Amino acid sequence: MKKGFNVKAHWEKHLRSTALVAALLCGGGAFAAESPNDPYEGFNRAMFKVNETVDIVLKPVAQGYDKAAPLPVKAGVGNFFGNLSDFWTSINSFLQGKGGDGLSDAGRFLINTTIGIGGVFDVASEMGLDKRSEDFGQTLAVWGVGEGPYFYWPIIGPRTTRDTFGWGVDWAVDPVRQVDDVALRNSLAGIRLIDLRASLLPAEKVVDQAAFDKYTYIRDAYLQKRRRDVGQ
Amino acid sequence: MKSLVSFLFAALISVTAFAQEESPDAMVKKITDEVLTIVRQDKDIQNGNTKKAIELVEAKVLPSFNFQRMTALAMGRDWNKANPDQKKRLTEEFKALLVRTYSNALTSYRDQTVRYKPTKMQAGDTDVIVKTEIVQPGSKPIQLDYSVERQDNNGWKIYDVVVAGVSLVSNYRDTFNQEVRANGVDGLIQMLVNKNKQLESGKK
Repeated sequence: MKKGFNVKAHWEKHLRSTALVAALLCGGGAFAAESPNDPYEGFNRAMFKVNETVDIVLKPVAQGYDKAAPLPVKAGVGNFFGNLSDFWTSINSFLQGKGGDGLSDAGRFLINTTIGIGGVFDVASEMGLDKRSEDFGQTLAVWGVGEGPYFYWPIIGPRTTRDTFGWGVDWAVDPVRQVDDVALRNSLAGIRLIDLRASLLPAEKVVDQAAFDKYTYIRDAYLQKRRRDVGQ
Repeated sequence: MKSLVSFLFAALISVTAFAQEESPDAMVKKITDEVLTIVRQDKDIQNGNTKKAIELVEAKVLPSFNFQRMTALAMGRDWNKANPDQKKRLTEEFKALLVRTYSNALTSYRDQTVRYKPTKMQAGDTDVIVKTEIVQPGSKPIQLDYSVERQDNNGWKIYDVVVAGVSLVSNYRDTFNQEVRANGVDGLIQMLVNKNKQLESGKK
C-alpha cells in the first residue's frame, strides 16, 4: 500500500516537471487555452504540422505497400510485429494485477512464436485467445498516475503526459531496438512504421471527412480512447 | 378475392409489427449482414463510389438510428439552448454529415468479418450496448459498439456508435460547444451546413 503511494508521488513529480518544461517551451501561458485538456495547443499544433510534413513522404510509401503487397504478406507482417507486442502486453497485464489476462497474453506469445512460426501466423486467435494491447502508459494509469496535459509530439504523435512517460518505457524495452545488426534493426523499424501507417489509411479517410478540424478531432479521439482503455 | 387481399395485407402488417419487436442485438446483426452482403458484391462501392454507398445507407441503415438523440448527445448542454426549429435543422445537418462519413467508411471495406459478442441484457432494460468486433487479418480486432435505446413503439434505435473506444458522436462535443460559445446555435448550424456543402462538392 505504502509502496504504491510512493510510485504515484514519484511519477507525479515527473509529470509536473515535464509540464513545466513544456510551459517554458511555449512561452508560458501565451496561448489562450481553448480546451482544458490541451493547455499547450500552440506548441502541439506546430508539431502536428511537422508530422503532416513528414507524412508527405511516409503516406505514399504506405499506400504503395498497401496496394502492392498481397493480403497474406500484409497479414504476416502485422502478425509478426503484433506478436512482439504481445510479450510486452503480457508483462503490463501482470504489472496491472490482471494475472489471467497476463497468462493469456503470454500464452499467445508462446503459441504464435512456435506454432505460428515466429509470429507470422496468429494461431492463438484461432484457438480463442483474444489479442489485447497493454502498454506502460496504461500500467501507470492503473497505478494511479494522473494523465497530465496533452501533447502532440513529432513522429510519435498524440500522447498525454502520462503516456509520454509510458512511451519512453515502451521504447526502452522495444525488442526491435535490441537487434544488434544495424541493417536488420533499421529494416525492421522501417517495415513496422510502414505497416503502422498503412493500417491507419482507412481511418484517416473517415477522419478527413468527419472532422471540422483534423487536429481537434484526433486529440479528442485520442483522449476518449485512452480514458476508455483504462476505464476512466 | 377482396377479403383474401385484405387478409394478406393484415398478415403482412402483423409480420412487420412482430419484426419490430426483435432484440437490439438481432437488429444490429440484421442490418450489418444486409449491408455487408451488398457491399461485398458491389464493385462500385468498393472502388469508392460514395454516392452509391449513401443510397445503400439511407435505405438500410437510417431507419434504425435516432438522429435527434445523437445530435443532442453531440451538443451536450447546448442542446437545450436551441429552439424547436433550430433543433430540427441541427438534426438534419448532423445526420447528413454522419451518413456521409459512415458511407465513406463502407467504401474502405475489404476483407473484414464481423463478430457478434453476447449482449448483456435483462428483461425490462431500455438502454443496451450491443458489442461487435471487426476482425481483420494481421491486426487486432476493432471493437465496434452500438448504444441502443428502446422506443415507445417497442422497437429499438441506435443513438451512439463507438469505434475502438471513440464515440463518433461525443467526439464532436468540444468542437460544437466551442462554436456555440463563439457564434451561438445559429453559428453551429451554419458550420454544419458549410461542412456538408464542402463534402458534397468534393464528392466523386
